[in-house]
Amino acid sequence: MQRKLTLELATGVVAVLLTMTSSVFAQKSATDDIAKYREMIADGNPSELYEAAGEELWKKPAGPKNATLEQCNLGLGPGVVKGAAAQLPRYFKDTNKVQDLESRLMTCMQVLQGRDPQEMIDSPFQKGPKKDMEAIVAYVVTLSKGDKIKVSTAHPKEKEMFNLGKQAFFAQGGPMDFSCASCHAENDKRIRLQDLPNITEQKGAALGWGYWPAYRVSSGQFWTMQQRLNDCYRQQRLAFPIYGSDVTIALSMYMAKTGNGGTIETPGLKR
Amino acid sequence: MEFINIKKLLALGGVVLLAGALNSHALAQQKKDPKYNKMMQDSFRAEGIAGLDRVEQDATQKFCSDTQFANSKQGEAMRVKIQKINMDTIKQPSDGKYIGDWKQGESVAQSGRGATWTDKADTVVGGGCYNCHQIDPKEISYGNIGPSLTGYGKLRGYSTEVITYTWNRINNSKAYNACSNMPRFAHYKLLNEKQIQDVMALLLDPESPVNK
Repeated sequence: MQRKLTLELATGVVAVLLTMTSSVFAQKSATDDIAKYREMIADGNPSELYEAAGEELWKKPAGPKNATLEQCNLGLGPGVVKGAAAQLPRYFKDTNKVQDLESRLMTCMQVLQGRDPQEMIDSPFQKGPKKDMEAIVAYVVTLSKGDKIKVSTAHPKEKEMFNLGKQAFFAQGGPMDFSCASCHAENDKRIRLQDLPNITEQKGAALGWGYWPAYRVSSGQFWTMQQRLNDCYRQQRLAFPIYGSDVTIALSMYMAKTGNGGTIETPGLKR
Repeated sequence: MEFINIKKLLALGGVVLLAGALNSHALAQQKKDPKYNKMMQDSFRAEGIAGLDRVEQDATQKFCSDTQFANSKQGEAMRVKIQKINMDTIKQPSDGKYIGDWKQGESVAQSGRGATWTDKADTVVGGGCYNCHQIDPKEISYGNIGPSLTGYGKLRGYSTEVITYTWNRINNSKAYNACSNMPRFAHYKLLNEKQIQDVMALLLDPESPVNK
């Protein structure tokens, strides 16, 4: 079932790409075509497959403690999943840390199920324990679809994380001198034909934050926010950001807070 | 006489005070807090060709990461200094040749590959020019972070000044604009001399489609 869908998607993408390159009005129509394509499969975002698998994993006893994740507290109380992702990252008293969805899920897996977070951190994306994580993330974020981004910086640690994220956003490094801001700090900019949201403003930040995690058509995979940020740093030519590390959470905090009030459209559908 | 001296003294004192204030302001702006430094230290690991040295910043990167300071009046002196540091790194072509083969230059401009942790040490790095610039008008898939370079030579002429400026700008764009978004292609050895000569031809050979 999944393979068939992926194949159909791939055919669709080839068609879209062909239209893109042959069009005289490529600048405008590339975005239009992707929008059209999105509309075409709006009723069948492949993320649904991940979401269904994630719901099962949520309710299935697992790990050394053979427990489910149903009592996981994502910030709105034990077991409350609906709307939780729209308010992350946030400060958690039990860990005394600001956590994003994925680092929080690692805490739940450790505390409730007895699973070793290091295994999750070390696993490559789309493989082994990360596969479970990706499905669970799809399940959780689907239950915030349509909600407003509502992230707080009321707690001093949340405020600190926001400020650290802002610094990290503008920090240049690597052999190409790139920072997040090199591409995402001005309006109406593109790389090739790809539109770039201006993440320093509410509108752009909501576009960036609100549409990830997403099913990525070009790779035929569901990508969590951690994987998306990881690939940003890869393309920046920086070193490898450790899964769930503070820089990833700080950047998430900066993006989410800046995008507050925008709509969560997750799981998104991306090029 | 005495009155003048006091006035002089006051003026001098004022200058010293002002300089002190500017200096400490500059330092405050450029010094990241220890929490930030620790976060950056703890958050990355080396992978493939991307070592942890990539997280460390040189003077240019440090300066440009603080955009508020870099764009301020107080940042002006430092901006000039950064440009000088970068200008001093630029080498003119070893064989005296500035203009290579525009067709090869077009492939350098098209390729955005290389230097990521999924690349190998011997992966040829591309210029990635079309990511940010319009160049050959036949290529419709171009970005707009940098200015359009279509008609580059035709519009500016092919004088020695234009050729040297363009060479320098591709080698190290920060020599002219401390916080230019463009990578320093020679400084970090992203492109070799031959590749730069070929990109030069794409922009400055009258036969290049850029100038037709």
